[in-house]
Amino acid sequence: MRKCSLTSLDALLKKIAEQNAVYLPVDDGEGRAAYKQWEEGVKMSDALNTVRSPKDFFFPQTENLMEFKTEGKKIEIIDTRSESEDFVIFGVRACDVKSFEVLDNVFLKDPVDTYYASRREHGVIVSMACTRPTETCFCQTFGIDAAEPCGDISAWKTETDLYLEAKTEKGEKLMALLESLTEACDSAAVEAQKKETAEIMKKLPLAGLSTAGFGGDKTDELFDAPEWKTLSQSCLGCGTCTFVCPTCQCYDIKDFNTGKEIIRFRCWDSCMYSEFTKMSAGQPRLSQVERFRQRFMHKLVYYPTNNNGLYSCVGCGRCLAKCPISMNIVKVMKTIGEKAE
Amino acid sequence: MQKITRETLVAKASALLAEGMVDRVLGWKKGEFAYDVTPNVFADAASLEKDFVYGDFCGANFSKYLIAETRKGEGKILVFLKPCDTYSFNQLLTEHRFDREKVYVVGIPCEGMADIGKIKAEVGEGILEVESDANGFTVKTLYKGDVKLTAEQALGERCLVCKSKKHVAYDELIGEDGVVIDSARFDEVEKLEKMSSDERFAFWQNELSRCIRCNACRDVCPACSCEKCVFNNPKSGVENKAVADSFEEKMFHIIRAFHVAGRCTDCGECSRVCPQDIPLHLLNRKFIKDINSFYGEYQAGETVGSRAPLVNYTTEDIEPSEAVERGNQ
Repeated sequence: MRKCSLTSLDALLKKIAEQNAVYLPVDDGEGRAAYKQWEEGVKMSDALNTVRSPKDFFFPQTENLMEFKTEGKKIEIIDTRSESEDFVIFGVRACDVKSFEVLDNVFLKDPVDTYYASRREHGVIVSMACTRPTETCFCQTFGIDAAEPCGDISAWKTETDLYLEAKTEKGEKLMALLESLTEACDSAAVEAQKKETAEIMKKLPLAGLSTAGFGGDKTDELFDAPEWKTLSQSCLGCGTCTFVCPTCQCYDIKDFNTGKEIIRFRCWDSCMYSEFTKMSAGQPRLSQVERFRQRFMHKLVYYPTNNNGLYSCVGCGRCLAKCPISMNIVKVMKTIGEKAE
Repeated sequence: MQKITRETLVAKASALLAEGMVDRVLGWKKGEFAYDVTPNVFADAASLEKDFVYGDFCGANFSKYLIAETRKGEGKILVFLKPCDTYSFNQLLTEHRFDREKVYVVGIPCEGMADIGKIKAEVGEGILEVESDANGFTVKTLYKGDVKLTAEQALGERCLVCKSKKHVAYDELIGEDGVVIDSARFDEVEKLEKMSSDERFAFWQNELSRCIRCNACRDVCPACSCEKCVFNNPKSGVENKAVADSFEEKMFHIIRAFHVAGRCTDCGECSRVCPQDIPLHLLNRKFIKDINSFYGEYQAGETVGSRAPLVNYTTEDIEPSEAVERGNQ
């Protein structure tokens, strides 16, 4: 473990930025934080989390996949892919770091999504331990330790210092770059912080939330639960929950057609939308009850089925804070899970 | 802040259910925290007793839900409407969006609803409880203990410039009816009007660049009640979930503002639900303000069946050329 004084955080970021683009959460002055590229004068936010999740870095909301050009009867297919440059995301919370694992299971399994893979390969993640989790946090339900975030480098911030610990080869490489700006240290301050945060986690209102009743083998039991109807009855069918979610990974592929040229792009899609996965026979989920059920069954049952029991929710709480009608995965778990137990 | 209590509403709803006047009740269901109440249909007195809440976070406008609810059988549904909600109610009736006979409206007074986003910005993380009385709000927090906030610090912007405490539709009223207020709701629009066009462009670019195209503003909007929105229709050619560039977001919001112009009652739900806190209501208010100045004062939803100036030609209408000229000033 190495540390540096918080007063040299700027120097440290500058050092990284000399080599690679660095992105970090930045306050917008109106109570929101968003990832921005570091440049001289940009200050890291202490906000617990950003409105948008860092999945944008690997799975952007919109991206062009390829282009077609026609001339007479000839069609030219243009591969618009370019290898991503190295970049660093600095200050990712434990929940969001875990979300990358959830996304990896989707995009990096055969067939590998090369667009995603290129960015993932070139991205270095420096995480940041939480010290002030909030009422909507429930990462611990999914076995995530807010005080011990993963990533290529794990980081902790105390009142005075920044502590860094490399966790991967990529992390070691970045740490080597920062060697002159940091000093070796013991982990006493970090251990003390972890203990303190663990005490706070116990006091959070959602501390007791359990995944009992869910998991890979629960499809038959939960699919026809009558509660889906009441839980979904006031769902607006907007895509807020899916778009602020760090693990929602559905997308649509569409063509922008000018008549002579086509840009084939993909963009985030939402299972909450009526036109989601529209096929020749229509959309398989005709009502909002079915669409609503899909989102939660996917996170709590289908995904674990295919991924060794890993849930595809990380408890970041964004959907709890942002749903226009305040319906969310916690309410679903409490209503349906408790009954199944 | 609210003068009316949960108990009063539960008693009223239970009585109407018992009389057979209604067979279900559209109300607010308590959540995990102080503020995360969910619109809910209650079918019996026991569920009302268990989960019904009324308080400072019951801001959701129920009018639009009546379109779907009135299609669910022959019985009547009881709906509690705050004064601002009743304008949307009337506007939806004007547009023939639901059967009035299937709804029993109980008008309830409102002292203004709190905005959890504003409260969070004031007190930070770890909000455990929010209480209020005539003097303001007390927020119990995990990290700062009890934090006192004034009404101005805690109430939503739309409530601070409330346009009316008067119910324009109801079958029955609880408490005394209020009056239409000469509010300051156009002040922010005037500030924007005073900007140079470059400043105004920068303002909207900054705001709209945060849009994630979740469509929550549209989906909550009582004026956006098309059965199938053009933006959800793959056959329309403009169906789009992509946020390709900042131009596109502007187009979406401006098109939507045009589409609801003259029908928007200024209920403010669009801005309440925006996950990025974009002040979308200002676009609508600009239209309302212009309509007022070009065609005479008009409040959508004030009465059922009124013809909005934009769809009601009269010889006194402003000449388009003059409107353009004034717009350019």
